[in-house]
Amino acid sequence: MPSLGKFGRGRFWRNWRGPIFWARTVQTALLCVVVIAMLGAGQSRFDRLGHELMCSCGCNQILLECNHVSCPDSPVMIRELHAQLATGKSDAEVLQWFATKYGATILAAPIRGGFDNVAWIVPIAVFLLATIGTFTVVWLWKRRAHALAGESPGYAGVLEFPAAGPTTPQEAALRERIRRETEY
Amino acid sequence: MQDHPMPEFGSFCLLLALILTAYNLLIGGIALWGESPRGLRITGIPQKKWNRLGETARRAGIASFIALCCAAFALVWAAFTDDFSVAYIASHSNRALNPAYKFAALWSGQEGSLLLWAFLLSAYGFVLRVRHRIDVRLTAFASTILAGIQFFFVLLLVVAAPPFSILPGAAPADGAGLNPLLQYPEMVIHPPMLYLGYVGFSVPFAFALGALMMRYPGEKWIHITRRWTMVTWMFLTCGIFMGAHWAYSVLGWGGYWGWDPVENASLMPWLTGTAFLHSVMMQEKRGMMKNWNVWLIFSTFLLTILGTLLTRSGAVASVHAFAQSPIGPWFYTFIVIAFAVCLFTFLFQRDHLKSENKLESLVSRESSFLFNNMILLAACFVVLWGTLFPVLSQYVQGSKVTVGPPFYNRVNIPIGLFLLFLTGIGPLLAWRSTSLRSIRRNFILPTVAMVVTAIVLMVSGLRPWNDGDDMQSTLFSLVAFTLAAGVITAIVEEFLRGAHVVRTQTGKNLLAATVLLIRRNTRRYGGYIIHFGIVVMFIGIAGGAFNQSREMEMPTGSSLDLGPYHIVSAGKTEDSLPEYDTHYARLDVYRNGKYVMELSPEKRTYFAGTDHEQSSTIVALHSTAQADLYTVYEGENPDTGMPIIKVFLNPLIAWIWIGVVIVVIGTFIALAPNLVRAPVARRQEDSVPVAPPSLHPPAVLAKVPHA
Repeated sequence: MPSLGKFGRGRFWRNWRGPIFWARTVQTALLCVVVIAMLGAGQSRFDRLGHELMCSCGCNQILLECNHVSCPDSPVMIRELHAQLATGKSDAEVLQWFATKYGATILAAPIRGGFDNVAWIVPIAVFLLATIGTFTVVWLWKRRAHALAGESPGYAGVLEFPAAGPTTPQEAALRERIRRETEY
Repeated sequence: MQDHPMPEFGSFCLLLALILTAYNLLIGGIALWGESPRGLRITGIPQKKWNRLGETARRAGIASFIALCCAAFALVWAAFTDDFSVAYIASHSNRALNPAYKFAALWSGQEGSLLLWAFLLSAYGFVLRVRHRIDVRLTAFASTILAGIQFFFVLLLVVAAPPFSILPGAAPADGAGLNPLLQYPEMVIHPPMLYLGYVGFSVPFAFALGALMMRYPGEKWIHITRRWTMVTWMFLTCGIFMGAHWAYSVLGWGGYWGWDPVENASLMPWLTGTAFLHSVMMQEKRGMMKNWNVWLIFSTFLLTILGTLLTRSGAVASVHAFAQSPIGPWFYTFIVIAFAVCLFTFLFQRDHLKSENKLESLVSRESSFLFNNMILLAACFVVLWGTLFPVLSQYVQGSKVTVGPPFYNRVNIPIGLFLLFLTGIGPLLAWRSTSLRSIRRNFILPTVAMVVTAIVLMVSGLRPWNDGDDMQSTLFSLVAFTLAAGVITAIVEEFLRGAHVVRTQTGKNLLAATVLLIRRNTRRYGGYIIHFGIVVMFIGIAGGAFNQSREMEMPTGSSLDLGPYHIVSAGKTEDSLPEYDTHYARLDVYRNGKYVMELSPEKRTYFAGTDHEQSSTIVALHSTAQADLYTVYEGENPDTGMPIIKVFLNPLIAWIWIGVVIVVIGTFIALAPNLVRAPVARRQEDSVPVAPPSLHPPAVLAKVPHA
């Protein structure tokens, strides 16, 4: 094993292949995800809620980004949003008010609860499953490769090379394979 | 009634193309079966005769290209000669239309765009069939599969969406004209680019399916299709970003990407195509991921069809309403047939796709490609899920919901940042396994760059915890800039390390050594340049977190301040052109007290008497690397008569377009053949047998500069 230098003397580096390392890595990653997911409270309410609503004129634009000429609806909705905020309602109540008045499609994202939650849960679940699946596949392949290396002298580890002498076709093929596998 | 027979000629050409394509499909298929050992045994007909029959099918395919060329020409001719007896021309052109846009009428409606699709497919097929000697049998399979796809589109044109249908009675004096939103220079280039991308994925798909059907030995089909795939990917990239630039310049809402279903439809095959371009290297180099690659290219092709189905069938709401029509069932049928063919071929031939090697280490380029693929497919799934969820919601709840930018931004931005991270680390890892020493050597500088960038950015005010800022956007931007610094450092480090080796060998200066390095391994360094372009694009996208805008009535002499800019209204003016009336606002722009330029945002009103009577905005831009000053003339306040001006300050937007140019340059470099075989590589070969990599893989790989 090559010398690990200054960093190598630490427990962290000594155990970097061990379960503790991976557990801590996963914990840190999860913590980062939670922190990122919980952010978003600093934006002004009007700005934030205005970006959670669609314009009802059919332009398929976010309410505060709808600026097409003479839009009949966005100025009215913006006034309504100001009025709703002035009543002291919570964000959910304001959005619910708009959903009740204009229908569910006025919300720019599915946030009414119930089946709408599926829209958010499925991508996260798929992403987590894919991550776990990829790690599992890599781990299984790695284990199988090591097992094969132990069983078969010709596989991935115990290739016999002559010390010197003329090049045989087998050596040339081996060189070509190594070149292919190590170039970009 | 029309005074020339072009529409009839066009219809005839389409019918001829249908017959020729059907011949190519059927006879080509029969010849392939006859040439097989089983076919030869059963029929007893000598192979030479089957070969001759196959050759007639190939020539029929070439002839179908000529027939479709003539059909496309006939439609363009009808547009240029204002033949309004043709219903399509009457709906999408008029006499006053600029000639360039008359040409664009070919793809501005349903029937024309399907004709363009069929024409481009036949053009790709033409190139493939002309170059058949590269591998006669594999090309014959691919040609027959392409003929199957082409048959569907030509049949659609003949039966369901005929572009040459004649209006009953007398032809109208003038046409309805082209949708004003499409009357923009980029619209003459953007759709063909996008279609070249969409249609082009049919070629690697056909080769992959053909190779699987014939149990093609080895990976040669990948070598054959690599250039096809890269060119196609480049066209799709250009098409997508030209569309984004068009939206930015014409729609006047200050953004470039609205997560509209049509935009999503173009993004999905791009994501899977990008995944394929990466994972196919694992098959090429190590004989791995064969099942995965086959399904990636199948999925990419099927997604191009699915995207077309979603946006043209009216299944999902889109701002691209001009593209909707009742041709959905045709696409449903085709996609089911295509999927069934892929699935059954895979099931029957899957034993042919056994991997030659297994992954040996978690810290290797193979595993980075695996994660890269996972991330790209996760992003693709999110886009597909978001696009389809309104349909699913209606089915389950009985009411549609909107899945707009808040959903995609929340879910896809973290995925994009992870992808950016992998863009940086992937190329630094060696094939098979990477040693700890190598990791430290390759990653120390990028890590330092990231830490320094993060500190500098936070010191200069980019702090997610600041009151009043959008914390989430600011944090994402901070992470994006930090990762971008790391990735750019890693890429530059790779170039410098390689250039140093070349300089030592040749004695050239650093610049000449870098050029020589690139020319010696165009694929590798072209790939780095593409990655650099992607990072530049990410920087531009991250700048969106700091967009500012102001809207106000601006009578002459009034002013508005936004960021470093001071904008003074110098009045308004108007003009009248054959197709539209236009009103300009004249805005003098000052930066830090110095006059910069006059901006003239426009509002056009297209004339009455057409189906497309409507107004459109033409944005006026002052673009710098730092930020775009984006001005929109929203019209006059009906109560006060004052012009309403909206001004956006969009930081770093130009970086997105610059990034696309870099990506295109990188793709061209990666496509170019290597100048000479690198002596460095020869030295590696010579040194490898002395130190078997399998015994000490990390040690050997650490010695190889480009491993």
